[in-house]
Amino acid sequence: MTEPNGVPTQLADPAAAENDPADAAMVEEDLLVEEVSIDGMCGVY
Amino acid sequence: MKLVEHFKHGLTAPICLTWELTYACNLACVHCLSSSGRRDPRELSTVECRALIDEFQRMQVFYVNIGGGEPTVRADFWELLDYAVDHQVGVKFSTNGIRLTPPRARRLAATDYVDVQISLDGATAEVNDAVRGPGSYDTAVRAMGNLADAGFADFKLSVVMTRQNVGQLDAFAAIAQRYGAQLRITRLRPSGRGAEVWDELHPTAAQQLQLYDWLVARGEKVLTGDSFFHLNALGSAPLPGLNLCGAGRVVCLVDPVGDVYACPFAIHREFLAGNVRDPGGFAGVWGTSELFERLRRPSDGGTCGSCSAYDSCQGGCMAAKFFTGLPLDGPDPECVKGHGERALAGVSAAPRSDVDHSRRRTAVPLSIGFGVPAPAPADRACDISPLAGFQPTP
Amino acid sequence: MSTDPTGFDPDRAYRRSPRVALRPEPFGALAYDFGTRRLSFLKTPTLVTVVRTLEEQPTVHAALDAAAVPAAERPAYLTALAGLADAGTIEPRESL
Repeated sequence: MTEPNGVPTQLADPAAAENDPADAAMVEEDLLVEEVSIDGMCGVY
Repeated sequence: MKLVEHFKHGLTAPICLTWELTYACNLACVHCLSSSGRRDPRELSTVECRALIDEFQRMQVFYVNIGGGEPTVRADFWELLDYAVDHQVGVKFSTNGIRLTPPRARRLAATDYVDVQISLDGATAEVNDAVRGPGSYDTAVRAMGNLADAGFADFKLSVVMTRQNVGQLDAFAAIAQRYGAQLRITRLRPSGRGAEVWDELHPTAAQQLQLYDWLVARGEKVLTGDSFFHLNALGSAPLPGLNLCGAGRVVCLVDPVGDVYACPFAIHREFLAGNVRDPGGFAGVWGTSELFERLRRPSDGGTCGSCSAYDSCQGGCMAAKFFTGLPLDGPDPECVKGHGERALAGVSAAPRSDVDHSRRRTAVPLSIGFGVPAPAPADRACDISPLAGFQPTP
Repeated sequence: MSTDPTGFDPDRAYRRSPRVALRPEPFGALAYDFGTRRLSFLKTPTLVTVVRTLEEQPTVHAALDAAAVPAAERPAYLTALAGLADAGTIEPRESL
């Protein structure tokens, strides 16, 4: 199944995301912390 | 594995959830997703509500969004709010502003772990009141002024996007800024009374593009409740958010009589997981309900799975499909590629929920029936206006 | 590794912020900061253990040792912890 295109609101290492998006995705996978917007999931008022 | 992948399989407890405290409401918005108006006599008692909060605490539900109906018309609302924040359950409550007096606003501003969300669906009284009723714009603005005056920073101004207000996006942003609030815009779903006005109110395809472009250009500080991921295929920049339906996996709804639904836009027997009064309580429903187990199983996208846009839109919104009569394994009614529109042509009937607490169900012209009903003999206690005896402060 | 602008010092004593709720999941843990309303996902059980045990250890390095973080992974853990410090999820504490 292909990876969905969810983008966390903040990467732990923002500098990495300025590169090629594919690299950013790989770096993201290596990061041990992912931040998520609490308003960023559907199904709440 | 990214967090969103874990979310699809469900969590040990919701991250947050919507808790509709009462079906009573002083308003009668035409698109009300919960078909609110009349109090249900089987509402959870104060004691039951506290027990539910205790469960949320044990499960570490991080926060609850308390709504309704109008939650502040319950006499025990403020007590329950304090009980929740005193028990490590954060609260955001959704309100039309009717009871947000200056003293209340000051009390809220001094309370930690509370957030307030004011509902408004027009940047002008003309646009707003057509949907929410005469005087509702003024009520909301007064409440926002009270919160701002009390120093409550960053409360939420929450707008449901309609055909009539898409052109007012900049104006909404200005209103939010004026009161020190954060703008939040969300998708109209054909849920509750929304099903009856969906055809006239939902944005056109052209407006969806306008909305998407606005979010990309100017939506950096605008919350969306992740409700527009069905628009992601319109461009190459995915909107921020998990782009994921959280129903039954990360979030759910507890309704005023304790029924647990997959989400607040899906109040229908089809999406009923159980009741908090069942022997296992809320935890038992969340952990073991057959409906939620089904929602947490991986899906292949059905007929959408082969579409190039599927990764972006994930097939859209389950509730939007259900209440327009579309199959859940097919396109969203507002599919940006037009697949939904084509599918709608083949729909003969759409399901309606039998959970309906609307205050008037007789055929009267739309121009009457808003606001507090005129005193009339009630045949049941729950037909009495929830505001009986309420004197608004000038 | 980026230079640290926030003063994160792994030779100091830290602890999880009291405003942060840590909720274990099978895949790691969710950390919710009640003050900032930010939600983070700690992706490995080891990182969760480190965050939990910071309170009892004299330094961040000691916490990493106690959790048996392999040498090859230490930079990643330090980067993650620096980020958590920046976000306020962990904070310096006065060590005795």
